[in-house]
Amino acid sequence: MSEPQEIEAVEKCDLVGIVAELFSEGYRLVQIGCSTLPSAYELTYSFDREYRFRNLRITVTPEESVPSISVIYPGAFLYENEIHDLFGVAITHIAVDYRGTLYRTALGTPFSVDNVKLPEPPKPKAAVEKQGVAKERAEAPGTH
Amino acid sequence: MAHRNVIPVGPQHPVLPEPIHFDLVTEDERVIDAIPSISYVHRGLERLVEKRDFIDFAHVADRICGLCSFMHSLGYCQAVEEIMGIEVPQRALYLRTIWAELSRIHSHIFWLGVAADAFGFESLFMQALRLREPVLDIFEETTGARVILGVCKVGGVRRDIDNDSLKGIVTRLTVLKADLEEICNVFINDYSVRHRLSGVGFISREDAYALGCLGPMARASGLAIDMRAVGYAAYRYLDVEPVVETAGDCYARCLVRIRETFHAIDLIRQAAGKTPEGPIDVKVTGAPDGEYYSRVEQPRGEVIHYVKGNGSRFLQRFRVRVPTFSNIPAMIKVLKGSEVADVPNIILSLDPCISCTER
Repeated sequence: MSEPQEIEAVEKCDLVGIVAELFSEGYRLVQIGCSTLPSAYELTYSFDREYRFRNLRITVTPEESVPSISVIYPGAFLYENEIHDLFGVAITHIAVDYRGTLYRTALGTPFSVDNVKLPEPPKPKAAVEKQGVAKERAEAPGTH
Repeated sequence: MAHRNVIPVGPQHPVLPEPIHFDLVTEDERVIDAIPSISYVHRGLERLVEKRDFIDFAHVADRICGLCSFMHSLGYCQAVEEIMGIEVPQRALYLRTIWAELSRIHSHIFWLGVAADAFGFESLFMQALRLREPVLDIFEETTGARVILGVCKVGGVRRDIDNDSLKGIVTRLTVLKADLEEICNVFINDYSVRHRLSGVGFISREDAYALGCLGPMARASGLAIDMRAVGYAAYRYLDVEPVVETAGDCYARCLVRIRETFHAIDLIRQAAGKTPEGPIDVKVTGAPDGEYYSRVEQPRGEVIHYVKGNGSRFLQRFRVRVPTFSNIPAMIKVLKGSEVADVPNIILSLDPCISCTER
């Protein structure tokens, strides 16, 4: 059974205000996740109230910093420290800031854009066939 | 004025044999602050998606943890199936539910044993581990493995349980239930157990909610959060009732796990009686192109498996948010103000799984 999931893209400057609204509406913080994009990061803040699953998403460049939401949701400090240590995203004003010592990994910021090589999306079928035909023609006798 | 000390607990500790460390700041016998350190054995499994085909990755998900092995592969497979629009056969959904509830029983009984060991009741520990054996035997007979089951796959399950075996499982669980009642009577009524657990490690309903508590820890503080209510696998066809206590202390967390064990036995009985005939898997073609957050109720609470793919055989992102990670802020809150002698009981009553946390 498919659980309805809402993912809403928001501006970084609006994040704390919207999170405060969700807190006042009684949503609990489910998680904060981060994904590496080719040259940016996607942070997703997930909330739940009576099994309604809502997500706020911001996209930031590696140079940008993100405001902490730990002043609203105290438990957010662990997620924010994790994102800082694994991805290298700077998060400002974390309630309990480990300053890079929560995860002591052999490779610093192992999930950062410099360290992650994202898989190539598959080539469209038409393009693959076209390539194949061109190759066959090139290899066919008498075409040189 | 009391003298302040810092007492290191872990990563190796007699009653907490898991690699997590706490610096306990104490004044006399009272803890005034607790600073956790994790990542002693961080395995970076999430990045293995770059090197494993999404079908094969179910085996990696299975190995995130021993106690919740099946739940991890279930959550991962559900996420992939949702993205790809795969309709899993009904029989497979029921079998998944049965294995998931067996995992809950074995995890909770194991916790009861470890908790008994922590408060110095060694014979109770041995009895609990003796009663866990029949569940492991059922795993072995139905999956060929006792811990890492490896039966969940994208599109269904790898093994079937015939109807006679399902009846046999229900019969054996009925016997187990009677034996469990005997030892649970000790956990519930024994004076020394109550003395060590009642009123210890209290967390209020409001704090539990604000700090993101999950699983038995949340339900022991009166929060009816149970992802089975969402209706994944075959839970939508069963009478699932979140087990809730209100005292918010170690004793309430113990009661929740005891009642959940009996509830899990009842759910297996219901599922075994309703399991339809039919195939156990479907053929999977293509590759996931999209994203999904799969939410599953593990023995320790809600676990999230996030999967993102772009149509290739290798996923772009796999993330696991485990309940122990979400329970750590509440663990710190509970430890502050407690007696040093109660620290092992408090940490154990939260049932931290560092294997999951260090995925």
